[in-house]
Amino acid sequence: MGDLWLGIWQACVLVASADADLIEISLRSLQVTLTALVLASCLAFPLAALLTVRRFRSRRLVIAVLNALMGLPPVVVGLLVYVLLSRAGPFGVLGLLFTPTAMIIAQVIIIVPLIASVAHQSLRDLWHDYHDLLISLNVTQWQKMRTLLWDARRALLTAALAGFGRAMGEVGAIMIVGGNIDHATRVLTTAIALETGRGDFALALALGFVLIAMTVLINLAIHWLGRTEREGRW
Amino acid sequence: MTQLLPLVLQNATARYRRTTVVGPIDLTLDGTGITVVLGPNGSGKTSLLRMMHGTARLAGGSVTWACDMATARANQAFVFQQPIMLRRSVLENLAYPLRLRGLNKRKALDQATDWADRVGLGAILTRPAPVLSGGEQQKLALARALITAPTLVFLDEPCAALDGKATREIETILTEALAAGTRLVLTTHDMGQARRLADNVIFLLHGKIHERGCAKSFFDYPKTPEARAFLKGDIVE
Repeated sequence: MGDLWLGIWQACVLVASADADLIEISLRSLQVTLTALVLASCLAFPLAALLTVRRFRSRRLVIAVLNALMGLPPVVVGLLVYVLLSRAGPFGVLGLLFTPTAMIIAQVIIIVPLIASVAHQSLRDLWHDYHDLLISLNVTQWQKMRTLLWDARRALLTAALAGFGRAMGEVGAIMIVGGNIDHATRVLTTAIALETGRGDFALALALGFVLIAMTVLINLAIHWLGRTEREGRW
Repeated sequence: MTQLLPLVLQNATARYRRTTVVGPIDLTLDGTGITVVLGPNGSGKTSLLRMMHGTARLAGGSVTWACDMATARANQAFVFQQPIMLRRSVLENLAYPLRLRGLNKRKALDQATDWADRVGLGAILTRPAPVLSGGEQQKLALARALITAPTLVFLDEPCAALDGKATREIETILTEALAAGTRLVLTTHDMGQARRLADNVIFLLHGKIHERGCAKSFFDYPKTPEARAFLKGDIVE
């Protein structure tokens, strides 16, 4: 219990003193996660919309696989990305291993299925409501997708936030592909793992509280900006 | 206006889960005015409208227009019994079909504003459409269908569950559209409305056309016992 209070106190001190290391790894956490989130959303939302409006033979299988991939073990993803990016791997020449780019790639792979699956649920419900109207208006597949994505934008925000939460708290994959290198690839989660390993629980807890505070604040900010949960809005 | 009619149905049949819900039907829709499709629940009124509109898959027969299919689809509209509102404002709902046709945003919104004023929705332009009352939603759905100046509009019980005032407002919009040259085909259970609006009547029973003709002769001198019973308000099975 003592470590817990000490952790809270130390978190306050770190934040109040604008600790340079804390700011650096916090900003890197945000940079990596938000970049991964934007890229993953760019892939996942159109994929979800396509699966909603397009009928093809293996559509159900694709949706089932996508749902199954939500539980993709991050360590395995990290390992696969590591193999692909390592010097002997097919993308070794790019020299991306142990860089923030490698961490972004791993996070994108982890959160695309999650965002796409949650988005697909929302879009499917909306498609059920809109189906007759859009068919009657004789819209193209592309117009259907655009309409659904635009009108479900607030629900898609929830999908993106789920992806953000998963990416922000991710440690296994980015530890493997990032290497937790100080001033290069260290982020909040890998720093917490490091301090825990060193036995400095108070500092690990302090970093944990900072991580939680950042995640909550960003979620609240996005909710506020997205104007969700207001009368007559979706 | 684009030459869309005659619309010719030959042995047109629609099925739902292996059960024939309407057809085989032979019908030629031509001329002007309002055709009202009457019949008890489950007689196939909605399916017939959807078949003519092209949104119900044909299980047999054919539906042909005086023009090619793409032109026909572009020059007709459908108003559903349960209005389908996009999760957008009144103005954006009205502008939507125009934007689909490539009209630039400013022109589309200007035209949408005009239509909103015409149908009495001018004061609630920015209100989200799904929170409107039933009458307002149906007026919006109707205006959205008419905004592209279609040659033919199908309406599936446009005044179901509306009160007298809302029904009168809808009928006013319909008669204005008719005066502008739009051909209307609608289903209704409201005999008063059918008598007020119909130029022609199609009476459906068990998915087939049981009787059809001009409104006056149908209402005054129905030929079949089923049509007579239906008009009297008896239960027709």
